[in-house]
Amino acid sequence: MNHYPLWKYLLIFSAILIGMVYTLPNFYGESPAVQVMPARPTLKADGALLKRVEEALRNAKIETELTALDATSIKVRFADIDTQGKAKDILQAQLGEDYTVSLNLYPRSPKWLTSMNALPMYLGLDLRGGVHFMLQVDMKGVLNKAVETAISDIRLTLREKNIPYSGVSREGNTLNIRFRDEATRSKGMSELQQNFRGMEFNDGDKSSEFRLTAVYKLQEIQVLQKAALQQNLTTLRNRVNLLGVSEPVIQQQGADRIVVQLPGMQDTTHAEEILGRTAILQVRMVEAHTSPESRDFNPEKIEAAKKGIIPSDTELLYSKREGREPEPLLISKQVVFTGENLTGASASIDQQNSGSVVVVKLDSKGGIAMKNASRDGIKRRMAVILIEKGKADVLTAPTIQSELSNSFHITGMRNTQEANDLALLMRAGALAAPMEIIEKRTVGPSLGAENIARGFHSTQIGFVAIAVFMVVYYLMFGGFSIVALGANLLLLVAILSMLQATLTLPGMAAIALTLGMAIDSNVLINERIREELRNGVPPQTAIHVGYQNAFATILDSNITTFIAGIALLSYGTGPIRGFAVVLCLGIMTSMFSSVMVSRALVNLVYGRKARLNKVSIG
Amino acid sequence: MELFRFKHDIPFMSYGHLTTTISLVTFVVAVFFLATRGLNFGVDFTGGTVMEVHYAQPADMNKVRAELAEIGHHDSIAQNFGSSHDVLIQIPVKAKTSGSQLSGEVLTKLQSSEPSVEMRRVEFVGPQVGRELFENGALALLLVSLGIVIYLWFRFEWKFGLAAIIANLHDVIIILGFFAFFQWEFSLTVLAAVLAVLGYSVNESVVVFDRIRENFRKMRKATVTEVIDNAITRTMSRTIITHACTQMMVTAMLFLGGETLHYFALALTIGILFSIYSSVLVASPLLLMFGVSREDFIKPEKSTVEEVLP
Repeated sequence: MNHYPLWKYLLIFSAILIGMVYTLPNFYGESPAVQVMPARPTLKADGALLKRVEEALRNAKIETELTALDATSIKVRFADIDTQGKAKDILQAQLGEDYTVSLNLYPRSPKWLTSMNALPMYLGLDLRGGVHFMLQVDMKGVLNKAVETAISDIRLTLREKNIPYSGVSREGNTLNIRFRDEATRSKGMSELQQNFRGMEFNDGDKSSEFRLTAVYKLQEIQVLQKAALQQNLTTLRNRVNLLGVSEPVIQQQGADRIVVQLPGMQDTTHAEEILGRTAILQVRMVEAHTSPESRDFNPEKIEAAKKGIIPSDTELLYSKREGREPEPLLISKQVVFTGENLTGASASIDQQNSGSVVVVKLDSKGGIAMKNASRDGIKRRMAVILIEKGKADVLTAPTIQSELSNSFHITGMRNTQEANDLALLMRAGALAAPMEIIEKRTVGPSLGAENIARGFHSTQIGFVAIAVFMVVYYLMFGGFSIVALGANLLLLVAILSMLQATLTLPGMAAIALTLGMAIDSNVLINERIREELRNGVPPQTAIHVGYQNAFATILDSNITTFIAGIALLSYGTGPIRGFAVVLCLGIMTSMFSSVMVSRALVNLVYGRKARLNKVSIG
Repeated sequence: MELFRFKHDIPFMSYGHLTTTISLVTFVVAVFFLATRGLNFGVDFTGGTVMEVHYAQPADMNKVRAELAEIGHHDSIAQNFGSSHDVLIQIPVKAKTSGSQLSGEVLTKLQSSEPSVEMRRVEFVGPQVGRELFENGALALLLVSLGIVIYLWFRFEWKFGLAAIIANLHDVIIILGFFAFFQWEFSLTVLAAVLAVLGYSVNESVVVFDRIRENFRKMRKATVTEVIDNAITRTMSRTIITHACTQMMVTAMLFLGGETLHYFALALTIGILFSIYSSVLVASPLLLMFGVSREDFIKPEKSTVEEVLP
């Protein structure tokens, strides 16, 4: 009765084998590495960059262990920290400010492991050191801005359609549009309803004034807020790239929050500065350029500027667009509008000549500024500038074709890709809504390393204590239990490595705790077997019945703990989540190992013996 | 080796009145301390800033406090943490200042007189986050309790579910009582431990309940009290061994896990000790009080009463 079919042994064997393979990378640890990332969104990490990096290191006679190219960066691994530091300096000097070179860690495991996606466990910030921010997006601000924009847009529409109105005012988030008579009101209403589908208009007011009230539809507000959050995420992503942090995490949490995690980042003040920055997109007028078809064509002035004769209120910048020569432009220092005034930038198709365009939308302040600048500036050029790390990039410098206001097109895009890129870059310079840091956690690298050592130590000591006790108390069966417990640890670590779930200090505590709890199953089984033996049942039957009777209890007790784990997982945040993930996984692995693995061992040792008189269970 | 061999069943149920009274008293005392002293909520729940800084030489606490007061943090608390080189600074939430930048200001101030100061850890939690964490924690506690009652109801009987959850919530209240009495810091990690204890100590009750159910089927002539006494006595050995093992792990964490895991392990220790007591000496008497009987499991038809052993 104590036989397992072959497939069960094979199943257990392969589970353990897979567990070993995926646990293995944790033993190799990580090597110092250098990560090279493009510092500006216009540049890409590609094969050409890889060649440059390799060549620079070869020329400097620096030995590398491995170079790898992934989607966003190039990683170079070194044997020791000294070489890493040297390599970083050399690369930074060679590549200049266009690329960020950051220190990083890279798994040291052999290629065959990495190629099958076997990576070490992903350590949380409390174990590797770094900063965690939680930012709250001001959703009231989003609505506020939208209402402001609506006011100016409504005015503009009514004016364009020649519908007389006596005023637009706001009362909270409700707009009051006043007309002179009933006829213009109904005409205005139908016109506005057509143009502002996201708003609800109401003329039910029977007071002496001819009034229309307008509010944003609930659905529209949600769309606006979602878009705002998305844009803030994009902006943050671009900004975090500037920090040169390897493996940053930027993700949405809930409806209005963003979590930013910067492993290894120590200078929190600097990080906060970068994250909280606004208005890095500027639009300024071009004072002189070298293309004859627009106003201010003045090659002499450009030549002079190149030699260093630059008028004090201007600066010389180059417009770098893909596939074209860098174009020198003399640009005014006076700003027409900034990213703060930008409410939207998206790629679209122009209906007139079916070319790609970028549709730019501004708030009322930006609209007025644009109107004033463009009225006197027809045929002049304006430069869209993105300032990052104090360096100005001219994204584009189109020629103004007519008087513009708060919504206009930038034409002349070669294709949709270019239009998309430009729209993205413009949005990158703008935060859609103000954000506030509502949570910040920083852990120094030394504390992180200490935490790992502490977590590891306590698990180790606890495990050894349990092992000694079990073997002394249950002899051979205690040994089986400990092997099963070891298998449990192995599988748990393997699954955590496979899933790349974040391991935190509470997570390590959960590993220790699940081990301490998993032994319960084996104690239950061993006690049951003893009890049966005491009742005079022959050993083979006692083993069989012991396992059978204990199983129902093991299942029940694990399910109740599992319920607790799931509740923690769904309602917990931060440290609690890290704890709950490991707890739940640990319960699953312990069900497998304490029942199946220990039974397989028992069957292997005792199951074959036909006449078993005594088992070693203490 | 065998430590626990009981020749006769221990008449636990005859002490039922005594043990439930003891529980009731402990419970009332715990509630009393919770009400009068309250929990010493950590920064996770109250909001505010906590900083841990490291000095190259033993830190002069008076100077640190004076420096904090100088930049306007009179209400801050500074104390040694682990060793004389490490200082823990707690600053409550203030209405005006932006909390997130505060840690930078403090560090700059401390470094102005002692450049060797090293930042080990900063935690800033805004007040709105703190309240949410608190609400989510309470919700999780409620859900865990409900989930367990429903599962036990489904697997055993409503009486079992109710008895188990009362016994184990009583453990939770007692842990909280300890934290209130000693004014130990109650952080998110401790909350995780408390919820884990809830799941864990229900384990305990389940093992006993399982035995009770089994006994109802096997010991057909015994009274309900005898059935329960036998179930407890026969699971006693397992109860103690298991808890000893879990406690070995927890003790290792308590002493070696560092400051962060210390209170976590402490909550678990109290939880483990009381869960033995409550599952044996509270849950089972409650079961008896609710009037558990053989008929709860065995329907009149004879066919369901089988010999379990082959």
